[in-house]
Amino acid sequence: MRALSWAYLAIAYAFVFLPVAVLVAFSFQDGRLPVPPFQGVTLDWYAKVLGDRDLMAALVNSALVAAVSSLIALILGFLAAHALARVRLPGSVLLRGVLIAPMTVSYLIIALGLLTVFNQTGVRLSLWTAGIGHVVINLPLCFAITYAAMGDHQKNAERAARDLGAPEWKVLALVSAPMLAAPLAAAFFLSVTFSWDEFIIAFLLTRFDVTLPVEIWSMLRSGISPATNAVGSLVFLVSVTLVVVLEVFVFRRAKT
Amino acid sequence: MTLAAAEKRLGWGLAAPALLWTVAFFVLPFLAMLALSFARMEGREVVAGFDPGNYIRIFTDWTMFKALLNSLEITVVVTVVSVVLAYPLAAIIAFRVPARWQRLALLLAVLPFWTSYVVRSYAWLLVLGQNGVVNKALLGLGLIAEPLEIAATRTATVIGFVHFFVMLLTLTIYANLIQLSPNYARAAADLGAGRWQTFRHVILPLTLPGVVTGAFLTFVLCIGDYITPQILGGNAELTLPQLIMLQMGRSGNFPLASALSVVLMAVVTLAYFASSRWLRLDRV
Repeated sequence: MRALSWAYLAIAYAFVFLPVAVLVAFSFQDGRLPVPPFQGVTLDWYAKVLGDRDLMAALVNSALVAAVSSLIALILGFLAAHALARVRLPGSVLLRGVLIAPMTVSYLIIALGLLTVFNQTGVRLSLWTAGIGHVVINLPLCFAITYAAMGDHQKNAERAARDLGAPEWKVLALVSAPMLAAPLAAAFFLSVTFSWDEFIIAFLLTRFDVTLPVEIWSMLRSGISPATNAVGSLVFLVSVTLVVVLEVFVFRRAKT
Repeated sequence: MTLAAAEKRLGWGLAAPALLWTVAFFVLPFLAMLALSFARMEGREVVAGFDPGNYIRIFTDWTMFKALLNSLEITVVVTVVSVVLAYPLAAIIAFRVPARWQRLALLLAVLPFWTSYVVRSYAWLLVLGQNGVVNKALLGLGLIAEPLEIAATRTATVIGFVHFFVMLLTLTIYANLIQLSPNYARAAADLGAGRWQTFRHVILPLTLPGVVTGAFLTFVLCIGDYITPQILGGNAELTLPQLIMLQMGRSGNFPLASALSVVLMAVVTLAYFASSRWLRLDRV
């Protein structure tokens, strides 16, 4: 039984890592195709990718859209969570339902709905319209995470601040937000990773300036190439670095 | 103004931006799409109206209906296979791996989660392709004489999906297993239950809400995904999202694309009600 468990674990890890290992290995391929046989090691593809203007522009666009849309989603979600956790509003179950609803709808449908409205109202597609879509998908996440993290401890500290005469914005900025620093950071970085990696909304709601996943998509259409492997490996490296930093600095600290 | 009324006003004020955003950019667009799904195409012009023609077409035109069936079949297979593979993995990490290594084991098990979604499907294409790693390895070992045709088939789509959702489900199921007090298993053992009986009658029922929640998420994400079938599935058969994109892109038929989306959403809603007894979306 014990041996069987370890064997299963090994096979599962092999399965999970197989595509990533292949992706990274063949990003160093000294040849035109990222498939066996392996013809030697070169960094040319990385040089090519890093020197590609369109790709680098898309990378900057992605970072901008992710940062701005996540910040908006975080602020809106935090304020709404604060309101619904503290004040008994009529129909608050329904309100929570509305705020959470986008989570259960396919991104494709959210994108198509927004595209319909933008078409009908004559809004031009840009990074902004994609950003609006990304706030829609990340707002429920930010709301749910901060809402779940608000407890009685929080409420007592806020009440004390209010009794001492603090106006509401000061309570929010100086008491609630610092006390929720860890969940707020978690919500923000989760939103950033979702937005950063999101394809269908960005694909349908941008036109001339595109995000990285959309740019990678257009690379794919011209067939397989080690250059795509190199981009993929770089994105992976950045994301994993972010995860490790989060794990070490945010979540570990949150536990103590 | 009384204190309670002031509180209430403040509450509305704080909740308003998020609510307005959700209504303006989610609820209204959905309603607009719903209205559009009842419109008609005349040439390249959209004619508004209340015409159920698009829906009738979806359920009578075989290529349309087949896409719906393909999506359902793929999604059900992916959900079942992913749960069956992820449960033991989560259980091994939760019960066999020493406590201090569990976080690391989990982090490693989901590390490829952090590759770009588009790139992950592409990577599977490299693995499963005609000249891919799997075929080259099997040929080299003499296990097969001809390369297997996996890429550009439904099998490839399913493999790509299962890879992603095994990671997702391992996380959610592990979170459930680790919360169980070991006393349940001990009590069952004291009462003479064997390992299998303990699992079947104690552990599994207790983790069912977590499993169903993860399975529901898998269902929703899988049935709505365009990328994985588009990159890995080839053109032999279409899924619903591929058909939607095709209608929008090549044909410019937004009313039909809208109707297909409404059908997609209806399927997800049905899945929600089917699993709502066990669903715990607030505890994800």
